[in-house]
Amino acid sequence: MAVKNIMIVGVGGQGTLLTSRILGGLTIAGGYDVKLSEVHGMAQRGGSVVTFVRYGDKVAEPIVEEGQADVIIAFERLEALRYAHFLKKDGVLIVNDWRIDPMPVVIGAAQYPEHILEDLEKEYTVYKVDATEESRKLGNPKVFNLIVLGIAAQHMDFTKEQWYEVIEKTVPPKTIEINKKAFDLGYGMKQ
Amino acid sequence: MAEKVIMLGNEAIARGAYEAGVKVSSAYPGTPSTEISEYLVQYRDDVYEEWAPNEKVATEVAVGASLAGTRAMACMKHVGLNVAADPLYSVSYMGVNGGLVIVVADDPGLYSSQNEQDTRMVARAAQIPVIEPSDSAEAKDFFKTAFELSEEFDRPFIFRTTTRLAHSQGLVELCGRVEPQDKPYEKNITKNVMMPGNAKLRHIEIEKLNLKLAEAANTLPINRVEMNDTKIGVITSGIPYQYVKEALPDASVLKLGMVNPLPRKLIEDFASKVETLYIVEELDPVIEEQVKSWGIKAIGKEILTVQGEYSANMLREAILKEDLHLKEPAKAPGRPPILCPGCPHRSVFYVLNKLKMHAAGDIGCYTLGAVAPLSVIDTTMCMGSSISTLHGMEKAKGKDYIKNWVAVIGDSTFLHTGVNSLMNMVYNNATGTVIIMDNSTTGMTGHQDHAATGKTLQGDPTYAIDIPGLCRAMGVKNVVEVNALDIDLVEKTVKEEVAKDEISVIITKTPCVLLDKRKKPLYIAHTDKCKKCGMCMKPGCPAMTKNPDGTIHIDDTMCTGCGLCEKLCKFDAIELVKAGE
Repeated sequence: MAVKNIMIVGVGGQGTLLTSRILGGLTIAGGYDVKLSEVHGMAQRGGSVVTFVRYGDKVAEPIVEEGQADVIIAFERLEALRYAHFLKKDGVLIVNDWRIDPMPVVIGAAQYPEHILEDLEKEYTVYKVDATEESRKLGNPKVFNLIVLGIAAQHMDFTKEQWYEVIEKTVPPKTIEINKKAFDLGYGMKQ
Repeated sequence: MAEKVIMLGNEAIARGAYEAGVKVSSAYPGTPSTEISEYLVQYRDDVYEEWAPNEKVATEVAVGASLAGTRAMACMKHVGLNVAADPLYSVSYMGVNGGLVIVVADDPGLYSSQNEQDTRMVARAAQIPVIEPSDSAEAKDFFKTAFELSEEFDRPFIFRTTTRLAHSQGLVELCGRVEPQDKPYEKNITKNVMMPGNAKLRHIEIEKLNLKLAEAANTLPINRVEMNDTKIGVITSGIPYQYVKEALPDASVLKLGMVNPLPRKLIEDFASKVETLYIVEELDPVIEEQVKSWGIKAIGKEILTVQGEYSANMLREAILKEDLHLKEPAKAPGRPPILCPGCPHRSVFYVLNKLKMHAAGDIGCYTLGAVAPLSVIDTTMCMGSSISTLHGMEKAKGKDYIKNWVAVIGDSTFLHTGVNSLMNMVYNNATGTVIIMDNSTTGMTGHQDHAATGKTLQGDPTYAIDIPGLCRAMGVKNVVEVNALDIDLVEKTVKEEVAKDEISVIITKTPCVLLDKRKKPLYIAHTDKCKKCGMCMKPGCPAMTKNPDGTIHIDDTMCTGCGLCEKLCKFDAIELVKAGE
């Protein structure tokens, strides 16, 4: 299989690492060669964070190049905008319809762009979800990333059972049920 | 078939250490090297691992273990090697007994560092051989090779990684642990006591050993030729090798696993077989300058940068001159890193900002106190430097000049190298004020224990160095401990201590908010009471945003309930609605 390029983008602290770990475990279960690239350290402190996941028959570099992403999973609108140009022509962008103001916006030195999703939809295939609100309804606003991941799963090469198995192995034991429920919600969302 | 698992580069190095039969590892946390030590803990029955207060100590511990005849290692980031430079340059003369490998992680692209130095330069200056892997599988396997070569050639080795290697995951095949026999210890002062007469002889000896290793490098399996189309030949190593394979799949490649010393014959032979030779290495032209000095024609930094990370696209553009028709990135406001919501550093910086203070800063999360709206820190250079920098200012301009200055340093950084600087202040009659922002952990690197937390890397209880007691023992009379979140007390204390014509240490002690797993208090903002005065926004908390009408909103997914905004609101618009645990 040709190499598939996935990106997870968000704000440091939003759980991009956990999500990439789930994807990593999954691709191995699928029998693929896989490489992931993460961000640790200072950049993680509330900064813009990007994680790359690449899987296929043989993977060389661990990063996704501009113009080559099959799927971008964005946990926040502005970060979707920042990385959208990484998408390949028929790539899909899955966006958590959520806003976190970066410090330049908080202190009035910059404006948070209006109509991000509308603008992105003109150029790309975009699936949006207010996962933060949906996860709040589930009882834990922190599991929003599994809802987004559930939508992304519709565009990837794994069975629901394979997803379940790796979610069970990766998330903290006490949160397995709620995380699976969140995943189901995303996986079942019509697009 | 052996079991294949996915591992972070750093995890693979830890596995390599286990399989290589390493007995002792000492390290100081530093992105991107930190996780090596953390992953080593799972092998604690076979490998002893510890956090040292700094990289010099860690390296010396490893040297001691090597002298005693066991395989030993130290881990650090590139700038940590500067701290360890003293033992490094001299252990190079001593050589090893048990194999000795120092893992050094460079940071091209500056994800979490203060400079972009190239460890290969330091290694060449210290005449230390360097091995460099290009993915997790090699990280594990080459680590074992490093120990074998270290013992065979009696040389300490540097194992160089970069952020992209250290923090990428890839498949690794697990093997068992080899249990090398401990080498017998023999007293040998001509080899191990570096006084002039001995060191002179050792210098001659290690020149010979390095030549022998350089000769052997021509046939080492980790230096590999992949002959392909001969139009383009590339010499590369480490992560850039992967970019070469993506961008130039048809090119011939000489992939170097050992980047110091270089295999001259192998390189000359490879160069003679290809039409155009490129050298692809991130950061400095270390391979390139040597190859060119041998009269070999090659293209390198003429078309490739000395800054930041490379990528396959970069090579497609620079070498193949392809026009990739890439889309322009959208215009989006930047999102620089910031102090977390509820961070105890924020309240201290808020007070310092209010008092219009300047701060000599240091290395840690609190470096972020330099950026708006806190804007307190004026200088950040290296570990421990805040205290000595402030001292230098006082000696240059007099004690009144620093009445609106403090030094700020974290607990781990204070123990790393700040202690020496404070000693210097006491010794030389300084009057400055030092704030130790004690959050009970090494925060920036992801919460590692240190000498004052009462816990070892292996999780065992231990004596916790008493930081205020240490300051007093050195002769600091004014040592004051305050809760970092009590802004009134912090303000009063800073005013009092700075006014004194004596050295003062203020310890703002509140644990890192990310360590506190208790249920958080819940605050809400009442828009009807909000007067849009902006007071609560002054500390720059990321959980506070403005509604379209200018009133305040608290994001409950981010707020940790520190209560700073409530203290600042004069109109009772922010209310505690649910107490924490």
